[in-house]
Amino acid sequence: MNFRHGLATALRALAVNRSRSLLTILGIVIGITAIILVMSIGQGAQGLILQEIQGIGSRTIAIIPGRDVNSPSAIASSFLTNSLTINDLKALQQKTNVPTLAAVTPVLTTMLPVSAGGQTYQSTIDGVAPSMQEILNIAPSQGLFFTNSDVTDISQVAVIGSKIQQNLFGNQSAIGRRIMINNHTFVVVGVIGTNGSSAFVNTDQTVFIPWSAMQDYILGIKYFHRIIVEADSVQNINRTVNDITLTLRADHNITDPSKDDFTIQTQVSLANTVGLITTALTLLLTGVTGISLVVGGVGIMNIMLVSVTERTREIGLRKAIGATDRDILMQFLLEAVLLTGIGGIIGIALGTIFSAIIAIAIAHFTSLNWQFSFPYLAAVIGIVVSAGIGLVFGIYPARQAAKKSPIEALRYE
Amino acid sequence: MNVIEVEHLEKTYADGSDTATTALRDVSFTVRAGEFLAIMGPSGSGKSTLLHLLGLLDTPTSGQYRFDGKEVESYGRDEQAYIRNAKMGFVFQAFNLLPRTTVLENVKLPLVYSQVPEKRWDEMARHAVEAVGLGHRQQHQTSELSGGERQRVAIARALVNSPQVIFADEPTGNLDSKSGQAVMSIIQRLNQEQGRTIVLITHETATAEHAERIIRLKDGVIESDEKVVNRLHPDDNYVK
Repeated sequence: MNFRHGLATALRALAVNRSRSLLTILGIVIGITAIILVMSIGQGAQGLILQEIQGIGSRTIAIIPGRDVNSPSAIASSFLTNSLTINDLKALQQKTNVPTLAAVTPVLTTMLPVSAGGQTYQSTIDGVAPSMQEILNIAPSQGLFFTNSDVTDISQVAVIGSKIQQNLFGNQSAIGRRIMINNHTFVVVGVIGTNGSSAFVNTDQTVFIPWSAMQDYILGIKYFHRIIVEADSVQNINRTVNDITLTLRADHNITDPSKDDFTIQTQVSLANTVGLITTALTLLLTGVTGISLVVGGVGIMNIMLVSVTERTREIGLRKAIGATDRDILMQFLLEAVLLTGIGGIIGIALGTIFSAIIAIAIAHFTSLNWQFSFPYLAAVIGIVVSAGIGLVFGIYPARQAAKKSPIEALRYE
Repeated sequence: MNVIEVEHLEKTYADGSDTATTALRDVSFTVRAGEFLAIMGPSGSGKSTLLHLLGLLDTPTSGQYRFDGKEVESYGRDEQAYIRNAKMGFVFQAFNLLPRTTVLENVKLPLVYSQVPEKRWDEMARHAVEAVGLGHRQQHQTSELSGGERQRVAIARALVNSPQVIFADEPTGNLDSKSGQAVMSIIQRLNQEQGRTIVLITHETATAEHAERIIRLKDGVIESDEKVVNRLHPDDNYVK
């Protein structure tokens, strides 16, 4: 029997038992749907984070304490590392050390409630230098940003985001008013207009204060969470990274590069890291949903075995009129592969529809710029895997069918 | 020339217990090309077992079987499948047609497993369907046909490859006498007009007497092997 007739025979057998065929492949359909859904949402989340990274700007370089940050826990522990200090900042500011440096600021971050006039608002508090304005490309819409002398004098001044201004002061001007952070009074000198989120900083909900005040009054520490540098041009980014590395090594007396106690991230390296993390998470979830495919496969095997028993007489007849063992094997194997393959296609269609609906819902109900993306790779994998499951779980029933002796099969009642 | 030569054929079934059942014992006979042979016997006489051995659907415990001049014992499973496909045709008591399939598709089935090029399938199948008088039913589902018509479809299926021998296992067993007559007439005409060798199994004397020769089996042994004297002819009582 040639392949085309095998295919036609298998299709007809499936069509005859249409409702049973559909129920049989339900497990595969659900499994593939789940995989497509997970991979599509994973891609969407990755896209969202990568957009934020784009916001960092391609000239921006982040220096993070601790070694090679390549996992969420390493990022968390970097907050507890105290290797970046004022000495590093001073060394980086030396023109001879990093000639291509355009701007630099230390950053200390925490979440705290900010209150004024009986109103309280949970805010992000960032201790920075005035050059943060250039790096984030922001400027106060009212008042002014604090100055370098505010940093030197450890002034208790603050620049607040539009959302904080609205929640604490309503429509009144915030300039010159007092706000309380951690029982310390700060005077508002500037308000930043509505900006949204970029580079993981939502300036609307952030209070910027001098980094020196942050160290002394709020956190009580003598180090920085990170240092942000802006290179003078995109072309000079690698040179700048190189100069920073050499400067910090000299500053920290490090000779062995593998002992670096800091990590330098650029937009590109950050994107790579984020890509690695989201891919790992997506793969993990895909693996979990993959278990449902195995369950689906066992279901297919079960039904195929029942089908082989039911069609014992048909097998006997086919053998009597000249079908070889291989012909029968092919017929049942093709049926199994077709079943799971169709299940895979339905699963891909359903998964795509569901993830599109989720993307639309996220875009509609949140302010996130979520993009739906069709996971081509997952679709290809889905088809191959589902057909493969048919092959693996179909081979046993098909062999049972092929092994039947024609006479036993013809006698079967 | 003999199409079938059987010598000292024996078949025993070991059915789990210590006692093996002997279905056939020391069976020897030959069938000429173009002959119409009936094998008769009560149930349990071993006639079905014999047909299965002759049709290569089962293997004998001992003895020799030459089909078309060649020793059958040497064939592998695939070669046996090829011979069943190209040189034999089968008609079963229970018709064994594929459900939810048209008459023409059923008749084509042996061709699907054959070496015959696909472009000739339709023509060959149509020819076979016409030979059993069902030309007007080609596109009907087999479930729409009467029992007699279904058995005629099965005969057309057995014919389609122009086999050397047609094995018919109680072809009228599930039919009323009128459609049984019609089926026997077709089988007899296939023998007389097209010269096909036919081996028919039955327990009814009236059916067996359409043949030229009757072998009677009892308890797995040939009891008699003789020519039919008053042979029944299709035109005697053939009702179309």
